[in-house]
Amino acid sequence: MAEEKPKLHRQAMCDRLAMEFQDDWIVNLGVGMPTLCSNYVDPTKDLIFHSENGVIGYGPLAPAGEEDRHLVNAGGQNVVPMPGMAIVHHADSFALIRGGMVDVTVMGAYEVAENGDFANWRIPNRKGGGIGGAMDLAACAKQVFIAMEHTTRDGKPRMLKRCALPITAPGVVTLVATDLGLFKITPDGFELREHAPGWNPEEIQELTEADLIIPSDLKEFRFRD
Amino acid sequence: MKNKIYQTFDEAVADVADGSTFMSPGFSGVGVPRNLLAALHRQGASGLTGISNNCGTLDEKVDVGTLIEAGQVKKMYAAFTSPTHPSQISPFVRMYNEGTIDAETVPQGTLAERIRAAASGIGAFYTPASVGTELAEGKEHRKINGRTYVLEYPLHADYALIRAWRADEFGNLQFRLAQRNFNPIMAMAARVTVVEIEDEIVPVGELDPDKIHVPGVYVNRLVKIPPDGIFD
Repeated sequence: MAEEKPKLHRQAMCDRLAMEFQDDWIVNLGVGMPTLCSNYVDPTKDLIFHSENGVIGYGPLAPAGEEDRHLVNAGGQNVVPMPGMAIVHHADSFALIRGGMVDVTVMGAYEVAENGDFANWRIPNRKGGGIGGAMDLAACAKQVFIAMEHTTRDGKPRMLKRCALPITAPGVVTLVATDLGLFKITPDGFELREHAPGWNPEEIQELTEADLIIPSDLKEFRFRD
Repeated sequence: MKNKIYQTFDEAVADVADGSTFMSPGFSGVGVPRNLLAALHRQGASGLTGISNNCGTLDEKVDVGTLIEAGQVKKMYAAFTSPTHPSQISPFVRMYNEGTIDAETVPQGTLAERIRAAASGIGAFYTPASVGTELAEGKEHRKINGRTYVLEYPLHADYALIRAWRADEFGNLQFRLAQRNFNPIMAMAARVTVVEIEDEIVPVGELDPDKIHVPGVYVNRLVKIPPDGIFD
């Protein structure tokens, strides 16, 4: 059974997305899985981590005993300040976001569609939603990366032709890391760039609703050095 | 100079009438005016409309959810109107599903800008956030220089309950790190701004004018958190 084969761990998925961060980028990490991206630090790159509560330039998670209760990231985790950190209020923090300063935002999602739509704020049959800053970020960051499991807990595809859930923003996702591989969103749909070890394209396609483009230079998933 | 210093939180919120609109800042538990919210809970005003990033958390700490659970709030404007995990059923979620409280879900940046617009005398503004989603349905759209925006209106309030780090007696405020979040814009947007102070209230003239985050002209009432108050 294909489902019983080992899949990629969350940290490996986030490491892989973090490898795409470029020198001097302003990076915004969503709550949950995406915060793992900050565990991968490439010393050759200067990255500025922005959190929507107005912290520009925070560092790694604070070691136990060294937490400052006034300094948290978007997920409420205590972080340490980096030299040069700046603080602004919430309206200015979102001015930075809508103003196009954020180079990439990494978010979790329930669904991603081949046209770049994604859904991560509302579950059907329940009132309300947890938007947070996701709609502002998705509409205005230069790129949107998604980290999510390839299928739902009961095995249904999350990589779809069109989102079934209410979307967070239309046509914005550029790159998706799942526990089965790395996928680029192209004008023609999902392109499988890298596959998880032990998984072939046919097996990944079986768990994907949208048709995958399989390039001739398909590679195995790249792990951190 | 008018005395803005109140000795107790209860005195500082005593005149909040039924049906008032209040703003409650804070993000991930930082910069939440817990002492003033506890006082408003004791005071018992009802039929309130709340403006806040979320609708209360599941921990035991006093927050806007304390007022919601007590049935004091009829409507919330918030960026989070559902739990982040389906198993987290807060009092708000239960009441929202039962239909005993109303809510409007607002993207966080739009929420902040609607508050800032209220503070700044702006009649409305166009934002790209939420375009193409169900939250933009029914709102006025406009294409400007090739990009589509939705029209959003200001959010005013009768009261802002604020948590700051330090103040002078005139009400000039300073915040510490991520405590700032929604606090400055809410302090500027409400008709009456009431502030709880963590560190100290210093005499006028002791704060560097270049290091003031909210000018005292916006601040009406100050209460120093006593040693047995809530600091986190």
